[in-house]
Amino acid sequence: MGDPIFFYLFATIVIGGAIGVVFLSNPLSSALSLIFSLAGLAGLFVLLQAHFLAAIQVLVYAGAVMVLFIFVIMMLNLEDCKKHLKVSFASLIGFVIALNLAIVLVMHVSAPLFDDGVSDKTFGTIEGVGQLMLTRYLIPFEIVSLLLTIAIVGAVILAKKDNPKETT
Amino acid sequence: MDILIFILKIVIPPVLVLNFIPLMIWFERKGSAYIQERRGPNRAHILGIRLGGIIHNFADVIKLITKEDIIPANVNRLYFIGAPLIAIFVGIVTIAVVPLADSVQIGEKLVHIQVADLNVGILYVFAISSLGVYSVLLAGWSSNNKYSLLGGLRAASQMVSYELALGLTVVGLFMLAESASVSEIVRHQGPHVLHWNFVQQPLAFIIFWIAVFAETNRTPFDLPEGESEIVAGYHTEYSSMKFALFFMAEYAHMVVAAALITALFFGGWQVPFLTTLDLKTQAPFYLYVTVLTVSFIALFFGLLLLSQFKKGKYRDARDYEVLVFGIPLFLLALAGGGSAIFTGPWALPEWGRVLFAALVQATSFGIKMTFFAFFFIWIRWTLPRFRYDQVMNFGWKGMLPLALLNIVVTGVVLLWKGNHHG
Amino acid sequence: MILLEHYLIVASLLFCLGLLGVLFRRNALIVFMSIELMLNAGNLVFVAFSRFFGRMDGQVLAFFIIALAAAEVSVGLAIIVVMFRKRGTIDINEASLMKG
Repeated sequence: MGDPIFFYLFATIVIGGAIGVVFLSNPLSSALSLIFSLAGLAGLFVLLQAHFLAAIQVLVYAGAVMVLFIFVIMMLNLEDCKKHLKVSFASLIGFVIALNLAIVLVMHVSAPLFDDGVSDKTFGTIEGVGQLMLTRYLIPFEIVSLLLTIAIVGAVILAKKDNPKETT
Repeated sequence: MDILIFILKIVIPPVLVLNFIPLMIWFERKGSAYIQERRGPNRAHILGIRLGGIIHNFADVIKLITKEDIIPANVNRLYFIGAPLIAIFVGIVTIAVVPLADSVQIGEKLVHIQVADLNVGILYVFAISSLGVYSVLLAGWSSNNKYSLLGGLRAASQMVSYELALGLTVVGLFMLAESASVSEIVRHQGPHVLHWNFVQQPLAFIIFWIAVFAETNRTPFDLPEGESEIVAGYHTEYSSMKFALFFMAEYAHMVVAAALITALFFGGWQVPFLTTLDLKTQAPFYLYVTVLTVSFIALFFGLLLLSQFKKGKYRDARDYEVLVFGIPLFLLALAGGGSAIFTGPWALPEWGRVLFAALVQATSFGIKMTFFAFFFIWIRWTLPRFRYDQVMNFGWKGMLPLALLNIVVTGVVLLWKGNHHG
Repeated sequence: MILLEHYLIVASLLFCLGLLGVLFRRNALIVFMSIELMLNAGNLVFVAFSRFFGRMDGQVLAFFIIALAAAEVSVGLAIIVVMFRKRGTIDINEASLMKG
């Protein structure tokens, strides 16, 4: 299972980054702490022997999704939204609900030990995951690729300027 | 022993990349000078030793360190300082999966001459290098300067666009090598030049090469810092060592890109036509030939340098520079060549053969890598910059469909071959 | 010794933080990021269980979630950009009116 130190290190990064996302006032700071959180998650994936997924996590999330976020933040040139951090009745309810859920989830998590003997040599490698993806999960795989195409078309059409002269 | 290997693995790759940076800067200076029919830097010297302008790098370093480090008012200091650090980090870390020589058997352990032989190999490279875009974005945003912001936005869209083509080209290599690990791809190419991937996958090679230029922000894709349009792009506000870090990162990226091109398409550490086994078994003979060749080259350059000696050319210590290098080269050539000729091919112990093979492979890798690193500079001083819409059109409408086509063609050919042979 | 439950606790904390972000913040971009957090909590659970059962199905599902998140972000950010163009703000309280 690797060294517990690494688990605690990555877990701290993940949770710390997530706290940053929620509580930092500047959207760019939020986005950056989200990147930290996602990178820490990739570290956890490595500890769980999902190497391929860890690489994909960094590649897709940190490399593409978050760049898009930061791109939009920079393009819209948003200022700090400190006033939104004020505690209102609605946000108090939000706190209570989230805290409640957290307590319930953490209290009820109980799982037996890890079975440490993963015998499969291809576990978590490109070969293993790819094999599974193109056999048992072929139809979901194709649906996801279709979904991505639809999303691209949708995004282009949405973000297009309304003026027909500019769209040519 | 394990700890020694561990330390070497940690130390060697960064040192390798960092030491290539001054060499690249020297290439850039001298190369651009000779392409433009100038002499280039040749003044700075230490006790008369100029090394053809390499000493100018020391002058640069002193200049950059002692310059005033300006942080503009109203910038976010954390991001402003962090951006160049990300840039140099990404530049150096990527080299970790590139093998410098074939794996070596030491005792009972198989030692890979690379930091980590990852199963996800190339994906690691892309994952790390995709983080490089943050340095540019953050630098552009935190500088609080419209030109920086424009540079940052340009860099972000350009790098994300070309990463797609870059990622898709290597799929063809995966299909050929049946693995994504870099060392496996290198090993699969074999020593035969015609089996190297630039012959097997010419389209992928060309797309990869162009996309790498875009990823490293080098001309003709240097729009993020296009100095005729947006001052200096994302590093407009940077000075002193922070600017130097961006500068170094650019060259580090080039070195790593050259290493990747070498490993993926030009057989990495493979010596043309010689397998590792050949090198080991025939080591005495090849060592003999190598010593003779090197001695001959040293003799040639030694004599060339000695013939340049003219007393009173500069009337100071620089007069004797040619002697300082010429005489040792000449003596070295005589000693090496003489001992090789008279004492003949030497018998080598087992570890000597292994070491010799690894060294020859590392040298082969180094020569190829240096050539491709130089090619970046060659292109820069030859081609003009693209216009921004051209870059985007080329990336999305040219490179991406071609990269997809390459995957389809490779798949069809592999399937056809498989049906006919098995 | 790190057990499965450690991973599950991290995942549930991550999920709750994401939920808190959605309920607490009014900036549409940050709400989006919080949704990403929740999706990633799901990912972590999938991968942890895949390791626990020694089967890779969970990793494949996590891969699908990542692809899904990418699709969701591309459309969502386009919507946010359009919203900013139309209204000059990305406060989600302002988006409660169904006017073009």
